[in-house]
Amino acid sequence: MGRYVIRRLLQMIPVFIGTTFIIFAMVHALGDPVNALFGDKAPDPAVAAQLRQSLGLNDPLWLQYLHYMRGIFTGDLGKTFSGEQVTSLLASAYPTTLKLTAVAFSIEVILGIGLGLVSGLRRGKSVDTLVMVFTLVVISIPVFVIGYVLQYLLGVKWGIVNATAGYGAPISDLILPGFVLASVSLAYVARLTRTTVAENSKADYVRTATAKGLPRRRVITHHLLRNSLIPVITFLGTDLGALMGGALVTERIFNIQGVGYWLYQGIVRQNTPTVVGFVTILVVVYLLANLLVDLLYAVLDPRIRYA
Amino acid sequence: MPDQQPNKHNGVPEDSSTELSSAFPETPTLGAMGAQPLLDKEDLSHSAPQSAEAVGVTDREVARSLWQDAWRELRRNPVFLISGVLIVLLLLVAIWPGLFDSTSPLSCDLSKSQLGPTSGHPFGFDTQGCDVYARTIHGARASITVGVFATAGAALLGTLMGGLAGFFGGWIDAVISRIADIFFGIPILLGGLVFLSVIPSQSIWVVVGFIVVLGWPQIARIARGAVITAKQQDYVTAAQALGAGNSRMLLRHIMPNALAPIIVVATIALGTYISLEATLSYLGVGLKPPTVSWGIDISSAADTFRNAPHMLLFPAGALCITILAFIMLGDAVRDALDPKLR
Repeated sequence: MGRYVIRRLLQMIPVFIGTTFIIFAMVHALGDPVNALFGDKAPDPAVAAQLRQSLGLNDPLWLQYLHYMRGIFTGDLGKTFSGEQVTSLLASAYPTTLKLTAVAFSIEVILGIGLGLVSGLRRGKSVDTLVMVFTLVVISIPVFVIGYVLQYLLGVKWGIVNATAGYGAPISDLILPGFVLASVSLAYVARLTRTTVAENSKADYVRTATAKGLPRRRVITHHLLRNSLIPVITFLGTDLGALMGGALVTERIFNIQGVGYWLYQGIVRQNTPTVVGFVTILVVVYLLANLLVDLLYAVLDPRIRYA
Repeated sequence: MPDQQPNKHNGVPEDSSTELSSAFPETPTLGAMGAQPLLDKEDLSHSAPQSAEAVGVTDREVARSLWQDAWRELRRNPVFLISGVLIVLLLLVAIWPGLFDSTSPLSCDLSKSQLGPTSGHPFGFDTQGCDVYARTIHGARASITVGVFATAGAALLGTLMGGLAGFFGGWIDAVISRIADIFFGIPILLGGLVFLSVIPSQSIWVVVGFIVVLGWPQIARIARGAVITAKQQDYVTAAQALGAGNSRMLLRHIMPNALAPIIVVATIALGTYISLEATLSYLGVGLKPPTVSWGIDISSAADTFRNAPHMLLFPAGALCITILAFIMLGDAVRDALDPKLR
């Protein structure tokens, strides 16, 4: 197990370098950040030159990248153009996104696995058909359409929830955005769970467990689900990273000032340090989530042993 | 074929015109599975035993490939038929929008700004006073072009890379897999926002190229796995023993057998790529006006959604139907090509 973790961590290094370098290079191709800093006005050439010098923009790209990487490992992501530390902006924005992701993830896990379990156990019945049609429809509606329609219906027309998140984004304001953010993944989780549950419910060990007189609830939770959830957990793990990236759209619709919101602002205003910093952190989270999933495998499925 | 009397599963008397017989009756998967009850019935009605030669000949004549089985399965699947009709219709709309609509999506009348549906203009008007029906019809082309070409590109590149990695293994596999991991490590929406805001030209082909660049690793993974599985089959060893070269083995023996999972993933990806294009256009980094696209229209309608919901609902509905059709097609194709899921 330990050796496997080390090997996976070593494999992550080139992926991390490659991914962050691509992002770094791309963001730097966004245009001259010094020009962006001055907005519509033409900068004074001397001031611009001095700024470029102080921001290290005259160095070749790879050297800038190296400087940046050194910063990352010492906890310094540079300054935004307004002079704020990127890390402090991140620290203020990240809890909001984490809250939103947590709400979305819980909804995804509870509803997705619940729906999938119900339809998988009653395969071919009307409940199953209903769940399949529901998930198909949800998958085919882009998140931003679901977002606007639900915001309009629940928030504006019927007034059940707040249409946009208030200051500090309390949990109660995040339930609707969380549901919107989770919607598509929820449908995938339900379908995946349904397939594996339906497949495993015919397995010998389930029959044995039933035959030795275990109550149905215990057969389902301890025998059927434990084996059926392995592929579902893979999906959930990779999805955790994707949810944070996908929060971009949801945060924009519901005016939640999280990572996605600031990232979007950063791109619109060509605020290079913000964009690189935020994207790098999101990519790291994404990669770590994938690693965690691989390790969870061994816990869930004792047949898998990592040498 | 066996010399003994034909039993229930093996060599049922049947004429070659029926579609019931299978080349491998012992393993009643694929199309033969649905036909099994019919076979049993047939067995009862035909009591006269047939000669072994006749059975052998019949079986050889009706030997079917996975593709024929899948096609037979698909034709009977209502999901496939519905999605097929929808997709044909959508393709017609995309290729000849003039067939469905005579007004131009770009001829607008500001005095009709945000008016609701009226006669002759069933979907109403948008903020600029353009006919929403015309824009919805003409928007199909952008979405479907992006979906089809991005999928084709990602499938080709992914199959090539995944195929090479799986076939040669070793350092080639290691290098290709790490490159795939790098692109896989970029969440697709984030990558889209960064990459596409870099490029000033926002033609359809830039968006297609971007989706191909970030989409191929998904297909490469599937292709690699499928090729590795196919490579270990006996017929590949046989081909190698007969002196077949690498390219012949890869193209004639491995690829046809590894293709099914790739096609399944690619068809499902098509629907998601259309959705992705709309999302990118909504964020303002995908397609740009004057291209007529559902994503752009939905994005511009979003601000006035509370006053004029028809501006958003009609293009969004068209978008959803399109994605639904392609995802349903992918589901049906997967059910037909993957005998394990039956």
